[in-house]
Amino acid sequence: MKLRTGLVLGTTVALTLGMTACGDGGSGKDGTTSKVSAEFNAATKGIVNSSDKKGGTLRFGYSSDPDSLDPTRIYYASGQNFMRSFYNRTLLTPDSKPGDDGLKLVPDMAEAMPEISADKLTYTFKLKNGIKFEDGTPVTSKDVKYAIERTFAQDVLSGGPTYLIDQLDQGQNYPGPYKDTDPDKLGLKSVQTPDDKTIVFKLAKPFADFLYLLPMAPGAVPRAKDTGAKYTEHPISTGPYMFETVDPGKKITMVRNPNWDRNTDPVRKALPDRIEVTLQMQPDELDKQLLDGSLDLDFAQTGVQPAAQAKVLLDKNLKKNADEPVTGFIRYFTISTKVAPFDNIHCRRAVQYAADKVALQTARGGADAGGDIGTNMLPPNIAGHDPNLDPFGSKQGKPQIDKAKQELAECGKPNGFETKIAVRNKGKEPKTAEALQQALAQVGIKATIDQSDASLYFRSTIGSPDNVHKKGYGIMTAGWGADFPTGTGFLQVLVDGRLIQQSGNNNYAELNDPEINGLIDQATAESDPAKAAELWKQINAKVMDTATQLPFVYDKALNYRNPRLTNVYVYSYFGEWDFGSLGVSDGK
Amino acid sequence: MAPAGGRPMDVINYILRRVLTSVVLMIIISMVTFGVFFMVPKLAGTNPAELYVGKQATPADVAATARKLGLDQPVTVQYARFVKGLVAGRDFDDGPNKTHCDAPCFGYSFRNDRPVWPLLLDRLPVTISLAIGAAIIWLIGGVLAGVISALRRGGALDRTVMVLALAGVSLPIYFTGLLAQLVFVHTLHWLPGGEYVNFADDPAGWAGKLFLGWVTLALLYAATYARLTRAQMLETVGEDYIRTARAKGLRERTVIAKHVMRSVLTPIVTIFGLDIGSLLGGAILTESVFGLPGIGRLSIDAVNTKDLPVVLGVTLFGALFIVLANFIVDLLYAVIDPRVRLG
Repeated sequence: MKLRTGLVLGTTVALTLGMTACGDGGSGKDGTTSKVSAEFNAATKGIVNSSDKKGGTLRFGYSSDPDSLDPTRIYYASGQNFMRSFYNRTLLTPDSKPGDDGLKLVPDMAEAMPEISADKLTYTFKLKNGIKFEDGTPVTSKDVKYAIERTFAQDVLSGGPTYLIDQLDQGQNYPGPYKDTDPDKLGLKSVQTPDDKTIVFKLAKPFADFLYLLPMAPGAVPRAKDTGAKYTEHPISTGPYMFETVDPGKKITMVRNPNWDRNTDPVRKALPDRIEVTLQMQPDELDKQLLDGSLDLDFAQTGVQPAAQAKVLLDKNLKKNADEPVTGFIRYFTISTKVAPFDNIHCRRAVQYAADKVALQTARGGADAGGDIGTNMLPPNIAGHDPNLDPFGSKQGKPQIDKAKQELAECGKPNGFETKIAVRNKGKEPKTAEALQQALAQVGIKATIDQSDASLYFRSTIGSPDNVHKKGYGIMTAGWGADFPTGTGFLQVLVDGRLIQQSGNNNYAELNDPEINGLIDQATAESDPAKAAELWKQINAKVMDTATQLPFVYDKALNYRNPRLTNVYVYSYFGEWDFGSLGVSDGK
Repeated sequence: MAPAGGRPMDVINYILRRVLTSVVLMIIISMVTFGVFFMVPKLAGTNPAELYVGKQATPADVAATARKLGLDQPVTVQYARFVKGLVAGRDFDDGPNKTHCDAPCFGYSFRNDRPVWPLLLDRLPVTISLAIGAAIIWLIGGVLAGVISALRRGGALDRTVMVLALAGVSLPIYFTGLLAQLVFVHTLHWLPGGEYVNFADDPAGWAGKLFLGWVTLALLYAATYARLTRAQMLETVGEDYIRTARAKGLRERTVIAKHVMRSVLTPIVTIFGLDIGSLLGGAILTESVFGLPGIGRLSIDAVNTKDLPVVLGVTLFGALFIVLANFIVDLLYAVIDPRVRLG
């Protein structure tokens, strides 16, 4: 028996989203969306300036360059948002709707949701008619397979998500198309293309979130136009826009793709005639141009700088054009289970009680520019989030000295102990480490802060268990955002004991609890999103009980939108505005 | 042009010696720089290839990347390849094809997937625009202020100029630069903000965007030139040959212009050459403060993204300018000051 995932996903994820909790907005049960007038945080509640007016130029500013324009190599959410909106169509994509509907996958290049075999190992997609590359060449299933194969060429095209390799390599050690001995460079065995319209994925074992991996990957790449590492200079578009110029460090311009057919694409509005991204802007200059209307929005969507924050929040005329969505990122400390005395749970619990979450929130920029106090490890945009899960009573924000001292006594360290806090020398993180250091000192825990180079921090500083033991890092500062919005996409890699790596490890605490691992196996195999969410809720509670994770902020970002922008809403899949729905009201 | 007092063979020998010294210096700089960037991480136990892989990369991915970038080779082999690239160009594997990096190949940015040399050339016009404009202002302003100050020694004008010079040399560019922007761009709106524009596209916009950068950078340097000119002039006017010139009945203007200034200009040319050389290598702070996409900004971005080939390229490029400036200064020395004897 085969079943359509449309039915499964159509039941949608039973989410407790911050935005729907706000009440008067989001998408209704019937799929309609509410239009809201421009006010502070309006785009987290519905669609601001709803309009179908076409024309004009959508102007982004960016203080950096995109990590890449090659869809194989893009990891940052804003880069994925950009490619998905303008030039990279995939078999499935998150629906362009506010609220929880924006987390549902819908067909994009595929004519329908895939057929899934009864054993949940085979996914069969059919391509829509009329999907073309920017040069007018029709997209075939082989172009889709080739695009997926490129992900395997990590020596040439590094940087992007590699989840598909984990699922599709299956012991083949496929080296990617550039070293493929197959004459057509289509040698990956787990993906088959019986005809130009059909593409079949064969998994080795069921993986309920498999479909979520597809929107992160490149949709289709024509082999004849693949320039490998240079593909980022001009990725071939399947979306409504194609690259006109790519001038790294300066500017990216896009124009309409004449071979994109609106009738095949229900998710992209494609209202502006032109897209421009000014690169490598000074952050304060970028904010200035946003506020004076010279730019429409910040590509990064990570919030305005402190100087502009004050301006926006204090001026009601500016504030009404700002939103402060939950980004889906969580800031937390992780406490080692292997570095003494934290191998004793009571010492870990002492840290949980001693932490001053208001001070930590302040170090992140406060409630307005930093985020809400976090009490557990699933942020509000992830299925299974439980706003009431607060095992250490930390929502109130203040340290609980008596409880911390009691735990210290039970740990056999009534007078405290010495430990080290590892932290990146970047952004607000040293300040958060200092805030924790000061709070711990109140109960006699003397923590020294060890700052290290940001670029290798997650890979080899705290990402190497040997290094953590050697350096004696009892507490490690961390931040995390989901690659795809499910418990699997967010929490598994942080707490699954079987995924502890010697390098690039994400389970920094080295938590390896058989009960948690067993629940993870159930959750990853569960194809009913509601049941999977319930399992992740349980896993989250079990993880918090181990006292290995000390979440303190669910990140928010204060972003300013040019009042002329139309169809602005926060897209829950990325925690950012949906770039693909935006237009400009003056048509300029 | 043969320096006064030098025979043609002496001149050629002098130039050849200076060229040779410059080349040896560049080789040493390149070896040290290469060693710092590619050996120190290894000695510290980190693998530079880890900088180029994604966050989900496996050890096999890291090893494959190291192989592809040649980072698995001994540092001597890597250095030899680098030098070969500088003089003859080299190829880089970009997947389906090879990308040829033409000589002088300063390396290949694996973050931008572009050779470093075109990246540098791309940014050079901005840095040149900034450096030359500022240099004209500080040279004229600084020397003039120094001369006036020396001629009015001890007077109110002298004191005022020297206080201003002290302020100029003491105030860091990130202070004067930001303050100037706040006042002239954001408050008075006398000058445009926004991004840098090319001279060819909009000369007025180009000058408008650069003007504050020129002035604040010039303020920093002019102070040094004013103080140096003043001190040198006061020292020179006391020399016997100046007394002799005056005793001969030459007009004061002639004494100052023909005799004093010639001596004063020698150290000025030296530091001017070095300053221009280092500025062309990247006015890091000024470009960052004013948002100018020049070589200084490129180097900051490269450091932030750990793009080692670009950092190496910028360092060598900067060193090249300083060595070149030294070379030119050495030649000009002999032209300006007849007392300099070749040998």
